[in-house]
Amino acid sequence: MAELIMDITLTVNGEPVSERVEARKTLVDFVRDDLGLTGSHVGCEHGVCGACTMRVDGEIVRGCLMLAVQCDGATVETIEGLSDQGEVADLQAAFEQRNALQCGFCTPGMVTAAQAILLQAKASGTVPSREEIREHISGNYCRCTGYHAIVDAVETVAKARAGAKA
Amino acid sequence: MKIVADSPPVLTALDRPNSYIGRAVPRPNLHRLTQGRGQYVSDVNLPRMAHVAFLRTPHAHARIVSIDTGAAKKSPGVIAVVTGAELAKVMTPWVGVLTHLKGLKSAQQYPIAVDRACWQGEAVCAVVAKSRAQAEDACELIDIAYEELPPVVDVELALDGQTPVIHAELGDNLCFERKLDVGEVDKALAGADAVVETTFMFGRHTGVTNEPRSIVADWNEGDRRLTVYQGTQAPHMMQNLFAKHLDLAEHQVRVLTKDVGGSFGIKVHCYADEMATVALAKLLKRPVKFVADRIESFVTDIHARDHRIKAKIGVTRDGTITAFEIDDLTGIGPYSVYPRTSGIEANQVVNLVGGPYTCPNYRAQTRVVFQNKNVMCQYRAVGHPIAVAVTEGLVELAAARIGMDPLELRRRNLFPDDGYPAQSASGLKFEQLSHHEALAHLDGMMNYAGLRAEQAELRKKGIYRGIGFASFIEVTNPSAAFYGVGGAKITSQDGATVKLDPQGTLTLQSGVTEQGQGTESVLAQVVATSFGISMDKVRIVLGDTDATPYGGGTWASRAAGIGGEAAWQAGKALRDNVLAVAGAMLQAKPEALDIRDGIVVDKANGAERLPLTELARVAYFRPDTLPPGFQAELVATRHYVPRGWPFAFTNGIQASYLEVDTDTGFVKLLRHWCVEDCGTIINPQLVNEQIRGGVVQGIGAALFEQCLYDERGQMMNGNMADYLVPMAGEMPDIDCGHVVSPTADSELGAKGAGEAGTAGAPACIMNAINDALRPLGAQPLTDMPFTPGKILRALGKV
Repeated sequence: MAELIMDITLTVNGEPVSERVEARKTLVDFVRDDLGLTGSHVGCEHGVCGACTMRVDGEIVRGCLMLAVQCDGATVETIEGLSDQGEVADLQAAFEQRNALQCGFCTPGMVTAAQAILLQAKASGTVPSREEIREHISGNYCRCTGYHAIVDAVETVAKARAGAKA
Repeated sequence: MKIVADSPPVLTALDRPNSYIGRAVPRPNLHRLTQGRGQYVSDVNLPRMAHVAFLRTPHAHARIVSIDTGAAKKSPGVIAVVTGAELAKVMTPWVGVLTHLKGLKSAQQYPIAVDRACWQGEAVCAVVAKSRAQAEDACELIDIAYEELPPVVDVELALDGQTPVIHAELGDNLCFERKLDVGEVDKALAGADAVVETTFMFGRHTGVTNEPRSIVADWNEGDRRLTVYQGTQAPHMMQNLFAKHLDLAEHQVRVLTKDVGGSFGIKVHCYADEMATVALAKLLKRPVKFVADRIESFVTDIHARDHRIKAKIGVTRDGTITAFEIDDLTGIGPYSVYPRTSGIEANQVVNLVGGPYTCPNYRAQTRVVFQNKNVMCQYRAVGHPIAVAVTEGLVELAAARIGMDPLELRRRNLFPDDGYPAQSASGLKFEQLSHHEALAHLDGMMNYAGLRAEQAELRKKGIYRGIGFASFIEVTNPSAAFYGVGGAKITSQDGATVKLDPQGTLTLQSGVTEQGQGTESVLAQVVATSFGISMDKVRIVLGDTDATPYGGGTWASRAAGIGGEAAWQAGKALRDNVLAVAGAMLQAKPEALDIRDGIVVDKANGAERLPLTELARVAYFRPDTLPPGFQAELVATRHYVPRGWPFAFTNGIQASYLEVDTDTGFVKLLRHWCVEDCGTIINPQLVNEQIRGGVVQGIGAALFEQCLYDERGQMMNGNMADYLVPMAGEMPDIDCGHVVSPTADSELGAKGAGEAGTAGAPACIMNAINDALRPLGAQPLTDMPFTPGKILRALGKV
């Protein structure tokens, strides 16, 4: 069984982490069960719903489609880290103001995914359209809102960050 | 600053600056959710907690010949391997019947199948281990010998006398039937200028809550108490069921419900695997956790709809609807689901068809049959999407047949706004609806005339756009008529307890629950307003059977209308209690005082007399300074149940504008509108978001969602890659409008808003697709979901 257990060292939300994990354990199970970071949610475990969306080395990934052992040496950021460093504070506030969440189960993944398109827009100096926002978050399933309010919230932040008049 | 009068006829925020009624205030409980710091049941982790995995039968119908658990018991981390027969010694079985659904029958169901498994996915053995992964490893080592039995799959054949009977003791495969014949249907159809007849099909689909069903059960042998963390809509109902089937007193059971990752009716039922988890905790005397994975969710979360309805409408040339007639057949799986039964949806279809219209002639039949597929039961808007699609589908087909505008045909037949109270042909009683005002509002909001002109222009260019409508009624605020009269321990009343805290803030405990609708916000808005304090000084406690008044929970759009009224009344009662204290302290008459924004004031002129912080300090810590014999009462409880009407009906109308690509069969949704009347609007933003979310769930049913089974009863698309749900890219923006007809059954006047979107959307989409394709001579589409393949077949292209 020895080859099925591995030691990994990585950075999670800015903290160094060294753990012994089963090779078969997914990244989202690792952060939830081993690190107690339960903000990343498990919705489908086959890469469709996006509830486990988090960032690895700056890119958004599905925590259920990546193994923890693949993150040896990586920098992992979950919703808890993004919240505490304030990076998505404006998005979170917009979601709350616009009631862009109901049960909230998709929200950490949705906010993390939305932040990615906003960072892309900033890099390219553009403001994403509603259609582009819809397309970008179409890998994140929300059963409650019907998406309209989420698109509103992301659009509001996109315009605000670009300095445009809302 | 002014607070609302004690019994306001109609509440509006506009003239009451200190009122939260009618205001789009943000929900106070959202920070933890946006930060990922909520607590869903799947997040719960207790000392000594074990995990259960269920081995599930791969067969739709099979006798369990033998179970060999020897190898599984030796697998690493395994604590116990338990069969259905072993668990039956811990927990009693149940039967899902209600006495008011006359003749409804079902068979005994066990937490884990004993001897025979009746649908693919039914649990046949449980493994409890230190981790879920270890439990699943051990499941693979269980050796079960099955004898396959012929499955009943096709509902059309279930009653033919040749098909095997699933439960021999029941005599046949008929669960429930109901017939209704009102007025003179045959004469009315004979007297019509046109009779349209068609068959509507509704795909079996399911809720796909983002968080799967989850439960952690903990039996403490020392306390003799069971604590259950469960993502449920009805904690007190579950407390009753856990106690009943474990032979405990209800006070030995505590059900805790914190954050719930979506419910929509999926999490309001009694599930065999959740009951098994509770029984295992009792058997093993330790916490046991079960979280359904997505594959398990598809084959065990209740399914819904799956109706075949032959339907007829008669209409005269001048646009009078003369009769409706339906023949409904539905298959509900091998068991009627406990305790709400699987007869309710069909019963609702019979009740609701033709509901918005004055037509007095109506004949209906429904038959509910058993089959070897996953169980079906109540899912958001129970029966409404079916009844509305049948009714509104017929209305628009009839309009096309007689060459009348579909809105005009509705205007000529909808119940008049000044004609209430009124009663539908099926016997539904309406207190006050607003069909015509809603229709007029929608007409203007969507610029109907403009869209028709645009549609005509684009058709010349070979672009096929369609406009479809759906008028609807929706059952909300159910009284005991829904379940209580049928013998189920599902309460229709609800309670609220509010207390003044020592720092002058409020804590409100309520029996309704939050699954994201905004229940906490609604209750805080209501109690803050009726008591007279700002919302940030109100804390809401829900979802704990040890801490809240006995209540029904949140389903059937009841939380705001029933839980809200109880909170309103509790806030008023506590205000009276607090003013009695203030009167004693100030040597003033309590009736001359009021509470505004957390300060006791003179009612007449608003002059500030005493902050609540000071009043609470004195009442709790220096009661010796109050007059002799005076006792401050700083907690008040009030209960509420609707008594004037069995249900508070709401109404509304939706419209869809879409484009069909006649080469690919793809439907592009361009815009959607909904005008609805939920009575008093407590928080317009929350109402609108309930509508929008509900509409999109209805769009899923119309275009994408179907649980596909093969002829052997195997579900073929039980995963999210093959079972399609609405994602952001395909969904339209949705405009909402409102008409307000408060119910006089309560002071608040609020009716429910949770299901109107889902009720009307499928009909709208269907009608819009048929409107788009009508000039091409396509056969009307009536078989949901409307996939590209079906659309191309209707166009004769494949």
